[in-house]
Amino acid sequence: VIDDRIRSVIGDYAKLSGDLGALADDDDLYAAGMTSHASVNLMLALENEFDVEFPDRMLRRSVFESVASIRAALLELTAEAAA
Amino acid sequence: MSLTADRETAFAVTVRRIAEDVAAGAADAVDRESRFPQEAIEALREARALSAFVPVSHGGEGVGFKELTGACFDLGRACASAGMVFAMHQIQVGCITRHALGTPFFDDYVADLVARQRLIASATSEVGVGGDLRTSVAALTPDGAAVTFEKKGPTVSYGAHADDLLTTVRRSPDADGSDQVLVLTRGDEAALEQTSTWDSLGMRGTCSPGYAVTARVTPEHVLPVPFGEIAAETMVPFSHLLWAHVWLGIAAAAYDRARAFVRAQAGAPGTTPPSAARLSVLATELQAMRAELAGATAEYAGVIESGGSEDLYTVGYAIRINTLKISASERAPRICTAALAICGMAGYKNDTPFSVGRHLRDALSGALMIANERIHATNAGLLLVHKGD
Repeated sequence: VIDDRIRSVIGDYAKLSGDLGALADDDDLYAAGMTSHASVNLMLALENEFDVEFPDRMLRRSVFESVASIRAALLELTAEAAA
Repeated sequence: MSLTADRETAFAVTVRRIAEDVAAGAADAVDRESRFPQEAIEALREARALSAFVPVSHGGEGVGFKELTGACFDLGRACASAGMVFAMHQIQVGCITRHALGTPFFDDYVADLVARQRLIASATSEVGVGGDLRTSVAALTPDGAAVTFEKKGPTVSYGAHADDLLTTVRRSPDADGSDQVLVLTRGDEAALEQTSTWDSLGMRGTCSPGYAVTARVTPEHVLPVPFGEIAAETMVPFSHLLWAHVWLGIAAAAYDRARAFVRAQAGAPGTTPPSAARLSVLATELQAMRAELAGATAEYAGVIESGGSEDLYTVGYAIRINTLKISASERAPRICTAALAICGMAGYKNDTPFSVGRHLRDALSGALMIANERIHATNAGLLLVHKGD
């Protein structure tokens, strides 16, 4: 379910040049056409969708480069919130 | 001292000598006639300074990034145009040596750059993209075994004086505007047709009119990594830091003249002229600018000399390097204006030892080179996610 929500936000904000359905979890979103400007919108949209705030240490390319890396970051934040 | 430290010291001493003995004396003529600072660039070429940043393994001097910033400062203090030409050339050398070495074509090219001290210009700006470095209209187009491109560059600094050219273009005719590559053209491989003039307020010796660039080259002329990587890791930080050191040099030169003016006014020891208090205000601004640039230079040099690049791909770094550019480009003309107020009419006139008109006009270019308005707009977006924690 979390993956569907991540993919939905990516579809709305990452402005990929290819088909979202063909995107594997580990595929590089930047290589798929996401610009740095689009990545900032993606960060904001994910914060809204999941009601989290990414700390500055997470605001780096490697955290937002794939569905898998975004999921890992979100799980880390929600685990911290639950702890 | 280590060999590297010896080479770095020799480079610094040589460039400072060229700045003081060659560039400074020609600065007024370069400005008045809006001509290329030929003698300074020729002296730098003879001193092999154009390949200073090339690694020793490839025949260069292997000097560090901090030494490059020092050279830009020294040259900018003597002649802003010479400093800016040197800075822009080193940006291109940085892009090639940090992102293209290891391919046979670029290994050979760098050997030639070292041997013949080739001067490299760039065509990154383009008509129709609103000053966005990361968007191109022109595209690399396959043509048999070759690739071709045509680009309308509104400002190509020292295009008529450079040996070679680096140009940003889209990867292919159907690529997005941001899917860019960087292409090297040597000598006649690119044809430049001048499309506008360069009778400018300042930085007159950079000779930066518009050109229509057309080229047909082999695909190996394309740098082997996406331009997005080159921009983030090298072109943007190199540009902002090297330009800023040229601006710091201009500001320091204006300060030098204001200080000399105040000193000449000083009467008996024990009393200070009224303008001395304003000189103290000016010194405060200059020191803040120096400190800001030193910190940003150390941060970037530390990242690239440790071989890392991941720290350059953070929202925090993007904001810091953008902010540095805005701050330095606004502070330099402010310092020149304050120096003018101290020197008064002697500063306003173009033919006194205290003239600062050239410095002020040169410094005003900073806010326009990648317009500060555009950078503020970018930062405004980044600051929405950046918490500053």
